[in-house]
Amino acid sequence: MAAAEGQTVLQFVPSPAGTSAKVHPVVLFGICDSYVRRPDQAERVIGTLLGSVAPDGTVEIRNSYAVPHNESSDQVSDFLSDLYPSFCRWGVCCGFGGFDDNRGMSFSNCSRGSQELSGFRVSALVALDIDYHHNMFLSHQKVNPKEVIVGWYSTGFGVSGGSALIHDFYCREVANPVHLTVDTGFKNGEASIKAYVSINLSLGDRQLAAQFHEIPVELQMAEAERIGFDILKTTMVDKLPGDLEGMEATMVRLLSLIDDVYKYVDGVVEGDVIPDNNIGRSIADSLASVPKIFPAAFDKLFNDRLQDNVLLAYLSAIARTQLTVAEKLNTAAQVL
Amino acid sequence: MANPMARSFVQALATEEVVSPLRVVQMEGLVVLKIIKHCKEFSPALVTGQLLGLDVGSVLEVTNCFPFPIREEDEEIETDGANYQLEMMRCLREVNVDNNTVGWYQSTLLGSFQTVELIETFMNYQENIRRCVCIIYDPSRSNQGVLALKALKLSDSFMDLYRSNNFTGEKLREKNLAWVDIFEEIPIKVSNSALISAFMTDLETDSPVTQCDFDRLQLSTNPFVERNMEFLIECMEDLTGEQQKFQYYYRNLSRQQAQQQAWLQKRRAENVTRKAQGEEPLPEEDPSNPIFKPLPEPSRLDSFLITNQISNYCNQINGYALFSPEILSKTCGNLFSLQMEVPSPNEPPLKKMGKTNAGADGSLQDQNGIRGARLKNRGEPSDA
Repeated sequence: MAAAEGQTVLQFVPSPAGTSAKVHPVVLFGICDSYVRRPDQAERVIGTLLGSVAPDGTVEIRNSYAVPHNESSDQVSDFLSDLYPSFCRWGVCCGFGGFDDNRGMSFSNCSRGSQELSGFRVSALVALDIDYHHNMFLSHQKVNPKEVIVGWYSTGFGVSGGSALIHDFYCREVANPVHLTVDTGFKNGEASIKAYVSINLSLGDRQLAAQFHEIPVELQMAEAERIGFDILKTTMVDKLPGDLEGMEATMVRLLSLIDDVYKYVDGVVEGDVIPDNNIGRSIADSLASVPKIFPAAFDKLFNDRLQDNVLLAYLSAIARTQLTVAEKLNTAAQVL
Repeated sequence: MANPMARSFVQALATEEVVSPLRVVQMEGLVVLKIIKHCKEFSPALVTGQLLGLDVGSVLEVTNCFPFPIREEDEEIETDGANYQLEMMRCLREVNVDNNTVGWYQSTLLGSFQTVELIETFMNYQENIRRCVCIIYDPSRSNQGVLALKALKLSDSFMDLYRSNNFTGEKLREKNLAWVDIFEEIPIKVSNSALISAFMTDLETDSPVTQCDFDRLQLSTNPFVERNMEFLIECMEDLTGEQQKFQYYYRNLSRQQAQQQAWLQKRRAENVTRKAQGEEPLPEEDPSNPIFKPLPEPSRLDSFLITNQISNYCNQINGYALFSPEILSKTCGNLFSLQMEVPSPNEPPLKKMGKTNAGADGSLQDQNGIRGARLKNRGEPSDA
């Protein structure tokens, strides 16, 4: 696809990295929280994603923070008069397009992009607080230097107009940033989380456009599972499960699973259920993994273990009693 | 912050009086996840971070948090840390995060957090904010499927006592403060926004088993129990050390009192003779004499903390052994009857297993052989 001598060729530059993205639940929670706390009248929130890139191109997104931004695609003049001061305060913006009336506003400090600023109609304008982004990144680096910028997120369904500009900015921060979109509006009636990488469409040296290419997203829920979905799913949990209550719930679940297996096996034996060899093999495998111990040996093992446990519990009870006694004695000593 | 300022002084006083006690700490799921992420990533190093949120009546809402970098023992870096904290809070305020400090979180190793440092930190926080809470997370226990989150605060009576720095037995008795009264554990509620709840429900269909269940059913609790026992024994030794300090103090005290009595008798006898000779009696007290100098009573704070620690370990051991104190008393009494009962629930599954595996006799026998060998290796009797 190399450009021939003296000829310009329209070409896509495919991005080498970012074959897939893994998202940790804390990122999802962070995005939702920042969306809930978005400024008045803001349509979406954007922010930086932190994490690491594996050698095989898998991007692991482990952390995130929101970045204040402003954008508009319609009322450009209003938008500009509103925002021009804040551009100056923030010192930078990503701008695209320009003005047909040659208002002569200087954007030199505002746009670091290479786009022409005059002669076009403004198609989209995005102001991103880049100082904020950098400060926050430095702060995060202090805590965990291993987490680097891997991309950015935005709420909303799919890629919108301003996204290309923001993506352009992140391209300068890191090679091949990932763009994660979280549909907080549930447009399709489902929670859609999508990740994109951009592929540049260029004509010769001129960059014409960027195409967002969707990549597979995987939710890394093992951590959340550890905590328990019961806590994370409902809007209010009154009490955290303790040692014994947790174990009880787990045992109940285990027993119900065993019941399910019994039902299936009985069903197959009776001829009510169509046998499935795969399920059969799975059951055989899990049964084979149960140590087959002779009842007498098992009893001994179990009882030894039980007695150890009882001994431990007994010991801790004695220690506790000892503490109470010691305290009584200590206060009694004062009476002397 | 601005609101109380705007109120008149009288109003402020009036509200001060009706402060309702802190009953519940309500954490956002986000905070739980963030704390766990931070503590886990750096485990076994112990880390801390700041909690942000709102104080609403008797509920303390923790709506966000941020981690602190690992501290270095350096003056310069310490000011750096303060700057970091201010910068972070400023940044978070800009994205509409609640900007009030409500306390801090820290990770711990097997629940060994009851230290003087924790109390000092708490007092520092308490001076600046009226309501403060410390959330403790134990990453080592999460591998067993326990969400080891705890919200603690110091009791008011303890804080009064700590401010006066007077931990003599008399004061403690006066205040009726026992070791259980140092820390108050506050129940934790977890709340999630409706949005996040919708996301989680949509993304995660109800699965019959989770990682949490696997962790809980993990049978190898021995290393944890061992560590716990080691810590318990260490604590017991510390406690003995503390008690020796007291014995030493009491011995010294009684010796001093004996010396004082002897001196007093001598002085009285002297005064009798002086009186007989018509001289002025000498005073019966002599502040310059070293035996009248009061002996400092050792502080009971350390022994109180150690006691707290021990009770914590005891609780954890009970957790590992899966016994609660209530059922322990019953079980100990019924231990022998329990032994008799054990075989019966065990038999049916084994029989059934034989039935379903009827076709695979060969493999089963193989396993028997292996298992028998394994049992022999462990030095246990085997019937194979």
